[in-house]
Amino acid sequence: MAIVDNHISASEAGVRLSEATPGDYFALLKPRVMSLVIFTAMVGLVAAPGTLNPFIALVAILAIAVGAGASGALNMWYDADIDLVMSRTADRPVPSGRIAAGEALVFGLVLSAFSVMTLGVIVNWVAAGLLAFTIFFYAVVYTMWLKRWTPQNIVIGGAAGAFPPMIGWAAATGSVSLESVILFLIIFLWTPPHFWALALFKSGDYERAGVPMLPNVAGAAATRRQILAYSLLIAPVGAAPWALGFASAAYGVLAVALGAGFAWHAWRVFAMADDDRAMKPAKALFAYSIVYLFAIFAAFLIDTVAGRIAGFGG
Amino acid sequence: MSDKKGLVLSPAQAKARRARSIAIGLALAALVAIFYFATIAKFGPAIFERAL
Repeated sequence: MAIVDNHISASEAGVRLSEATPGDYFALLKPRVMSLVIFTAMVGLVAAPGTLNPFIALVAILAIAVGAGASGALNMWYDADIDLVMSRTADRPVPSGRIAAGEALVFGLVLSAFSVMTLGVIVNWVAAGLLAFTIFFYAVVYTMWLKRWTPQNIVIGGAAGAFPPMIGWAAATGSVSLESVILFLIIFLWTPPHFWALALFKSGDYERAGVPMLPNVAGAAATRRQILAYSLLIAPVGAAPWALGFASAAYGVLAVALGAGFAWHAWRVFAMADDDRAMKPAKALFAYSIVYLFAIFAAFLIDTVAGRIAGFGG
Repeated sequence: MSDKKGLVLSPAQAKARRARSIAIGLALAALVAIFYFATIAKFGPAIFERAL
């Protein structure tokens, strides 16, 4: 009697079985963006008045981080076509084929629902509502609508990245206040020069993908002017917590110095020659902008905590 | 002779599926722990103070 092997491999059967690892799914969450979200949300939460149980605070930060990651997964699901043609994003899990687009969509939706519900049930519903709005804003308003339609995509869409400190603040207080709006504004105004600096030296990528970034639509000169204009706004807004009386003069001096550094880097970009291919000033501004955001939020956090300790001591 | 029909996973597919299963298990366990400890943190000893 012949032995018949009725087992066939997936490829023979024409069935696609996933070889995606947990690491690929983690990459869908945009971990580098998530680290910024965690940090700024934590600053908002710690700087807010009132006390929150440390474990509940930890859950709040975790839920905000997962919510931000979920919006990243939804972004990668929708943008797989343009990610494929950009060198910076071609190796992402969906365009590289490691994760199917539908799997990324379901992963993003499930994590969105879990993060919002967890934040609502365990922390409060104001913070959960803000998180839900942030996910919607990033996935639908920015990714599906603005990104492929207008060169102002990053100006309006930048709001999504600016919400985390406000959500952190709302997690601690259950409300939105002027302080949290200022923290929102710092990131909101920081986003355009940060991304336009990147778009200047990656304009070929965006052009191939058909994404209307400012350098491709309005030209490099107009982009350099707008970078300078936004950068000049950043210094006063960064110092606003001191001017409005909820941060010390030490913070104010540091914020002005950091803002002046930002403006100086933006000025160098503005003065860049049209035929500059190396674009070192734009790369330097992009790198400085990341340092700036971490530094100013760290300064605000340290200032608030030091003020509290001094207050208790006095 | 076996009359079972089915797909055979390649070693890479089987390894990836096992890793994903472990990750899902850990995530669910973490979720259970979060809700358990969050309940204690929010209510404290008052969780036992309820009308019978």
